[in-house]
Amino acid sequence: MNLGASTELTDLAKLMIYSAMGVYALAFLAYIAEWAFGSRSKVARTAAALGTGDGTDPAGDGAAARQPAVTVRKKSGTSVLERPEIVTRSASPSRDHLPDGPGAAGGDEQGDMYGRIAVSLTVLAFLLHTAGVLTRAAAVQRAPWANMYEFSTAFSMVAVAGFLGFLLARKNVRWLGLPLVTTVLLDLGLAVTVLYTESDQLPPALQSVWMWIHVSLAIICGALFYLGAVATVAFLFRDRYESKLAAGGRAGAFATSVLERLPSSVTLDKFAYRINAAVFPLWTFTIIAGSIWAESAWGRYWGWDPKEVWSFITWLAYACYLHARATAGWRGRKAAYLAVAAFLCFLFNYYGVNMFVDSLHSYADIPD
Amino acid sequence: MPERQSTTRPADGTAGPDPTPGEESAGLSTAPAEEEAAAPGSGGGSFGGVRAPGLRGSLAWTGREIAGWSRWFWRQLTSMRVALLLLFLLALASIPGSLIPQDSVNAAVAADFRERNEGLTAVYERLQLFEVYSSVWFSAIYLLLFVSLIGCIVPRTWQFVGQLRGRPPRAPRRLTRMPAYTTWRTGTEPERVLDAAQRALGRRRFRRVRAETSVAAEKGYLREAGNLLFHVALVVMLVAFAAGQLYRTEGGKLIVEGDGFTNTLTQYDDFQSGPLFDVNELERFSFDLDEFHASFAREGPDMGTPREFRADITYWQEGQEGEQASIEVNHPLTVGDAKIYLIGHGFAPVVTVTDGQGETAFTGAVPFLPQDNALTSTGVIKVADYRDENGEWDQLGFSGFFNPTFRLDSERGPHSTFPDPDFPVLTLNAYQGSLGLDSGLAQSVYQLETRNMEQLRDEDGEPLRENLAPGDTWELPDGKGSLVFEGYERWASFQVSTPAANGWALIGSLAAVAGLAGSLLIQRRRVWVRAVAAPEGHTVVELASLGRTESSRIPEELGELADDLLPDAPVLRDPDPDPDRVTDPAAVRDAGDESGADADPAADPAPARNPAPDAARVPAPGRAPGTQPADSPEGAA
Ligand code: HEM
Repeated sequence: MNLGASTELTDLAKLMIYSAMGVYALAFLAYIAEWAFGSRSKVARTAAALGTGDGTDPAGDGAAARQPAVTVRKKSGTSVLERPEIVTRSASPSRDHLPDGPGAAGGDEQGDMYGRIAVSLTVLAFLLHTAGVLTRAAAVQRAPWANMYEFSTAFSMVAVAGFLGFLLARKNVRWLGLPLVTTVLLDLGLAVTVLYTESDQLPPALQSVWMWIHVSLAIICGALFYLGAVATVAFLFRDRYESKLAAGGRAGAFATSVLERLPSSVTLDKFAYRINAAVFPLWTFTIIAGSIWAESAWGRYWGWDPKEVWSFITWLAYACYLHARATAGWRGRKAAYLAVAAFLCFLFNYYGVNMFVDSLHSYADIPD
Repeated sequence: MPERQSTTRPADGTAGPDPTPGEESAGLSTAPAEEEAAAPGSGGGSFGGVRAPGLRGSLAWTGREIAGWSRWFWRQLTSMRVALLLLFLLALASIPGSLIPQDSVNAAVAADFRERNEGLTAVYERLQLFEVYSSVWFSAIYLLLFVSLIGCIVPRTWQFVGQLRGRPPRAPRRLTRMPAYTTWRTGTEPERVLDAAQRALGRRRFRRVRAETSVAAEKGYLREAGNLLFHVALVVMLVAFAAGQLYRTEGGKLIVEGDGFTNTLTQYDDFQSGPLFDVNELERFSFDLDEFHASFAREGPDMGTPREFRADITYWQEGQEGEQASIEVNHPLTVGDAKIYLIGHGFAPVVTVTDGQGETAFTGAVPFLPQDNALTSTGVIKVADYRDENGEWDQLGFSGFFNPTFRLDSERGPHSTFPDPDFPVLTLNAYQGSLGLDSGLAQSVYQLETRNMEQLRDEDGEPLRENLAPGDTWELPDGKGSLVFEGYERWASFQVSTPAANGWALIGSLAAVAGLAGSLLIQRRRVWVRAVAAPEGHTVVELASLGRTESSRIPEELGELADDLLPDAPVLRDPDPDPDRVTDPAAVRDAGDESGADADPAADPAPARNPAPDAARVPAPGRAPGTQPADSPEGAA
């Protein structure tokens, strides 16, 4: 391998990551602008839908939303009947009928423009970010996730990819932009300063196909769990806000302004659940892949090494969450707390164990 | 209760029957609804029944009590809530083992910890905190969890078999209440609509049942199958793990280049086996370490880090020719039932010691143990058969460093700066006296017991220390003899293990993933199609579906089904909506929207949580426009 070329490539990769950070920072400002302009809209839909507030919505609208009535939609003008409309109705009497918030822009035109700019900037930053990761891979000629720097950059890349993917699939996730880009900036900042390593090749312990499978899966799981965790936290806030209103209370002006624009608690909860539920089998497989690797590297597939233990704890915590949702008295907020705890376990496994705990997975020394 | 705890259950958190009005199990889970355990009351028997007088009565009463309590306990143990609690406890109980050094994970670190924290050690020992994962309390939690798990799987399996045998439940009276609903009028007669519905549902592989005016269909049974598979797979994994512990063996052996190993108990440096393993069953083979290759990055940011480790060996199986093989990290060698892993490597200086009488007292390669990544290595040389300058039997000991790339500085003393032997130097101190080999206590070959030895010193009383390059000779003072540093060999350490039940563990875990995917990604849902002839001559078609799990696609699927039906049951259009012919909810709703809801007091929007009554099937001919029978509680009356 030509070392000179590789150093150049490594530097190029680093430059790309720095540029991505610059563009993410611009996107961050644009998201802020979106939220700021969006705060001009003052439609208290939630209160209106709950029938408790002083919303402008005539009571009929909110009530109609929960009636299983049906319309046959006519195409304008020609009056051609298309497929009969499907009316959906929650299976259970609850706040399910609450409408989703209008999004960060809050229906404000200027806010919406900034939101679009923010998303475009996020796409641009993501492209730079991805180019940076790929260039790094080309420079080191192996999977670009062998140390904490590389893992961190890949991790936030996948998180942004997930976000953009959801946007493409027309999911109601634009509200996620601000928290996501904020944390991506933090993560990259940490990566290029504290965690930066010039590492090029792999020690023998990491030279394995399982390096590709196990670690990439861990990154994907972590990034998606992260999106789930953000949605869960948003759910907790929004849920509190809704119950406050439902109980006839009033929330602070700032909370109202922000939370009013989020999707409803039910939407947030479902979104988080679907991510967590879909990722859980993948996470299970990640651990299994790790065990297979451990079996070929160390002669045992499970040895209660701290990294293994924390993967197991994370797995149990998500299993708790899934169980909680099927257990009376644990659905809703309690389950959400479990989901947040589960993600914290994931984070600790990544940062905490690498930094504070003596583990075989640090590859620092040769056993014996 | 200050906060609503659940979005689908009442806030009091009790596990009563599903309170959802209308249809059974409209909740989001296929989990069994939990019965409230029979609360033991006061007075008389906890489980009812009076205590009859006499011995017989009291025996019967006691029996009832015991049976009742056992049932209560079993029900608690197998409830979802306790399963959740146990899962949570297991997660908590796993934490200390990751923070406190474990004997089974890294005995050396654990021993070191014990030395440094004497006070804590006693407490930790008592709480089994150095062996968390085999401790009584950890085992208790997971055993309870698995009892609970089995207690959960068995009844659920029967239930599931029952469901498979059973038929989808008939259409409820009021389909309007279902989470997704649609309706239209058509000219096709009901029979033919239902035929078409059956075909359409069949194409979508729904299991379906025809009743007089409706078709009931259900799909997604694999979800429950997946869930059961997953939970059973967990049991398989646990059993495989336990069997692995009981039957496996694992031993370590350090071999210097040129030396060999035969797989028998006595040859191991250390050996552990599960209690059920018969050591006579050890796979019969032997191997020689021909050469060990290590290469390290010589430039770049990772200078000094390993690039390749490879042990070239020749091995013999019983009655077979020798075969060559290489063992690398991540690429163990499998010989019969056994697997040989490359674990570590280091250097073994070769020395020859001549005693005070000019006789060779010791010669050979002595493995030194690496202390850091640059292979700064420490070790000792024990010379047991030694006669001093006067011809008296005595013993010598040397301890010191072998540094492949030697460097000396005041801060670190002698150490190595690179793991390859660019500038190999052996640095030794010498001791004379009893090595303590015959004290009967086992002694490490890597440590010198200097209690009964005296360090050799120079004239100034300073401890003697010699740095030797390969080929150098160290003349010991006072004619005590000499030590020649001949050179060095590399050594490699191997782990030989006989895994047990690994195949089962793998099968179990892959089944678990498959089961999970089924359980979490497949949606269980029901669809009903109803077609009723209206008095006016047309047919009212109603479609509804109910997701029994958190499904996003229920409405979309219902829409596709409607599309499938439309060719057979085209929407009947009323060119001129006639209020007198308003019979289906769709039209009703349209009409209502046009004229507002104020015409009839009964048409007030239903109270928020009051579900719509069953109006869809009750044609209400003759109603004035603006009435909303579908929404009005009185509409059906
Ligand atoms: C070793 C411990 C266990 C683990 C890791 C575990 C894991 C899981 C997971 C991940 C799910 C999610 C699947 C889904 O939501 O459909 C699940 C569902 C379920 N588990 Fe367990 N489980 C364990 C023990 C138990 C026990 C002891 C019981 C019985 C009391 C049980 C009963 C159930 C039930 C009824 C469901 C279905 C919930 C639903 O349909 O939503 N599990 N389990």
